[in-house]
Amino acid sequence: MESLQRKAQELLAAGTVKLVIGYGEGTGVRRRPIFVRTGDQAGSLVLDPACTQNLATYLTKAEVRALGRTALVATPSTLRSILQLAAERQVREENLLALVPLAGTIKELTTFADIEAMVATLPDEIARADQEMLTQLGAMSVVERRAFWEKELGRCVKCYACRAACPMCYCERCTMDNNRPQWVPVASHALGNLEYHVVRAMHLAGRCVRCGTCGAACPHGIPIHLLTFASEGSVRRQFGQPGGASSRPTYALATFKPDDKEDFIR
Amino acid sequence: MATTTPNSYKPYLMRIAAITKEAPGVRTFRLEFADAGEGTAFRFATGQFGLYSAFGEGESTFCIASSPTRKGYIECTFRETGRVTASLADKDVGDIIGFRGPYGNVFPLERWQGKHLIFIAGGIALPPLRSVIWNCLDLRERFATMTVVYGARTVNDLVYKHELADWGKRPDMKLVVTVDPGGDEPGWTGKVGFVPHIVEQLAPTAANTVAIVCGPPIMIKLTLPVLAKLGFGKTEIYTTLENRMKCGLGKCGRCNTGRSFVCKDGPVYTLADLERLPAEY
Amino acid sequence: MVATMVDRLTLSDSAVDALVAALIRSGRRVLGPQLVRSQGQDRIDIAPLASFADLARDGQAVASAKGAVFPKVERLLHYRYAGKSIELADVEPASPPTVLFGVRPCEARAFAALQAVLNWDSEDKFFSHRLANTTVVAISCTEADASCFCTSVGSRPDDGQGSDILLCRLAHGGYLAKVATSRGQALVELGQGVFQALAAEPELAPAAALAPAFDAKTLPQKLAAHFDHPLWVEQSLRCLGCGACAFVCPTCACFSIEDEADSRQGQRLRTWDSCGLRLFTLHASGHNPRDRQSQRWRQRVYHKFAYYPDRFQTLGCVGCGKCSRACPVDMNLKQHLAEAARTLP
Repeated sequence: MESLQRKAQELLAAGTVKLVIGYGEGTGVRRRPIFVRTGDQAGSLVLDPACTQNLATYLTKAEVRALGRTALVATPSTLRSILQLAAERQVREENLLALVPLAGTIKELTTFADIEAMVATLPDEIARADQEMLTQLGAMSVVERRAFWEKELGRCVKCYACRAACPMCYCERCTMDNNRPQWVPVASHALGNLEYHVVRAMHLAGRCVRCGTCGAACPHGIPIHLLTFASEGSVRRQFGQPGGASSRPTYALATFKPDDKEDFIR
Repeated sequence: MATTTPNSYKPYLMRIAAITKEAPGVRTFRLEFADAGEGTAFRFATGQFGLYSAFGEGESTFCIASSPTRKGYIECTFRETGRVTASLADKDVGDIIGFRGPYGNVFPLERWQGKHLIFIAGGIALPPLRSVIWNCLDLRERFATMTVVYGARTVNDLVYKHELADWGKRPDMKLVVTVDPGGDEPGWTGKVGFVPHIVEQLAPTAANTVAIVCGPPIMIKLTLPVLAKLGFGKTEIYTTLENRMKCGLGKCGRCNTGRSFVCKDGPVYTLADLERLPAEY
Repeated sequence: MVATMVDRLTLSDSAVDALVAALIRSGRRVLGPQLVRSQGQDRIDIAPLASFADLARDGQAVASAKGAVFPKVERLLHYRYAGKSIELADVEPASPPTVLFGVRPCEARAFAALQAVLNWDSEDKFFSHRLANTTVVAISCTEADASCFCTSVGSRPDDGQGSDILLCRLAHGGYLAKVATSRGQALVELGQGVFQALAAEPELAPAAALAPAFDAKTLPQKLAAHFDHPLWVEQSLRCLGCGACAFVCPTCACFSIEDEADSRQGQRLRTWDSCGLRLFTLHASGHNPRDRQSQRWRQRVYHKFAYYPDRFQTLGCVGCGKCSRACPVDMNLKQHLAEAARTLP
């Protein structure tokens, strides 16, 4: 932690960045995102296993972008988010650098190529509890699985915390916001909830970086991250493309190649 | 166990009696109450608005553009902008839509008695003033001189074209119509210029005069200093605000601006009132 | 709720159990906070109670109990297309007799704030009908957590305002029952001997010790004087602009009205909405008076602590802390308000 604070101070003092986004102490045992712009504020930065939220979501928030070149304290999934955002042309290499705790030091990654190289060395696993849940869900019949999600989504109130917390949900006008046509009903009834979450899982297919921040953000404890993990897993298995692996665009669901394994399109 | 409390969200059913195409994308509906009894009992005062339903799509907020002195119908004028207005624009004479109202506060005509009145409007903002202009014309003897300054981008964008023609011929009011930049009608004999500049040229007297202004934000922003320079006090300048609304009852929170709820404390405000609110409208 | 003299009675632990059982047997919908264990995460939901044993005695529910009187989706109207015309049908609010059992005093106080806005000028038929059929039995708090701040907004962990019956834990087991209204009295009668008369002055378990973090009385003036203060930008930097805080809040009542229809019929629904969401104030023209998150954050604070007291003579906040606990980025309202009270001159 101390070297992170020192690193932040150095970067700010040298004018390399105008802003360091990291974690600070929150209420009780929680951690919260903090926006460090001066050397004094750097003393609030903390780094420990409780720092799990994906901070990459702030890279597309206008008020934060306006603060200038940013250093982002990055967990492995945050790094994958940066790559996916880069692939989708949402962030520029010159506007950000990633700070990664590694073997007692803080490594600075200033290019997407460096971040890609780093991501390739990092473990790409989801939490065991989530893996177990996915296995259980996979073993269910369609009827059982549907019942599971209807029960869970019955608690959803469409607060959109999941969408707001997700770094890949950066659209200024989300599909849910559209009313011409009203693709998905606004109301938080069974159909409205199911349609929203299924559409979101589909929109994240191939793009989700498996950070689990959406599920952590849900105030009602709905394991909504399992839906996007499942859709990402499906694309990964069928197209060999994990979300957040590369900063070069490779949209599995929006790219046709002549050697596509499906021949119905020919 | 049923409750006898009335459902505040239940609209009147209104039949479209007439449709006037005022300008590109802009229509006026003349609406009659489907239930004659409701129509007879209905009362409103000038300045008030309603929520108009396109069933299946939703509700939209428009002022009541007709005068309360004219019984048996109400009118609204709207521009096709979004989901609800697009659906309304698709309707024919004889179709049924909904209306909830009247909501909001009113133009205080009793405070204007004996005064000169100058109405300044731009583009699609003439409708809210049309109600009060007709109301005053129908009670003409109560007021001193009446002047209307109205402008739009082009001649084609002017709304209530027939009424403008009638107003122009009336000896008991002065009408000044302007277009900026115009250029679509070579025979145009009205003025050419931005409404605030036309008002400045006109130089109406501020003494014993009330100014009622309604227009796009830029027009209002540039007209107010002109009026200030002419000596109009902040309690002598009135405007009517548009805001995003849903319930019209002060409950849904959408139109809350500062301590004010536009659907209850407005939409009619004096400049003095408006300056007490944060600029979040 | 007709206020009567507060009757003080006692209940043993087994008597409370019997009371809950009697309420359930009477056919009432009995809702209370319950611990739910799910995927290794514990949470407290307000849900139908099967027995008093299921009640979560510590902590408080993530969501508020407002859903019992102001549901997340409410049908306002139903209509059918009939040629050029419309057949409009009124809707009767489904409102089974309900007991909210074991909610916190802060949650009980919130109904007055909801009533202030939802019944403003004209009675909201849906809300009023449900509220009239709801009895609130709160249990006072012997513990508070880092998000609680009822004492900063004019209340206390053992505040009986808004409860039909307030149960206060006794030092040696059982509860003191403060019955404040005729609706509460009706439950006493239903209990049939479960409540006992007070024999001696009861020894209460100590209520939670919660020092005020700020003085809410100073806020309206400070807020009015510092609308453009940079504090609102600073505090809202991490805010994501979701609706979690508004939707778990027991006093938030902002809503939207939406139509859902097919070619034959449709319905008009009331749904929860939040001033924190960008679309809330977006005009059809594309103009948005509150386009930045800092403006929306400021609106949230001002609405609750300046405009509400101005118009309704009551704060729009009961200090329950649900917003802070629900917030994905730990926007702790108590801390923000304490900072505002300290920083704004």
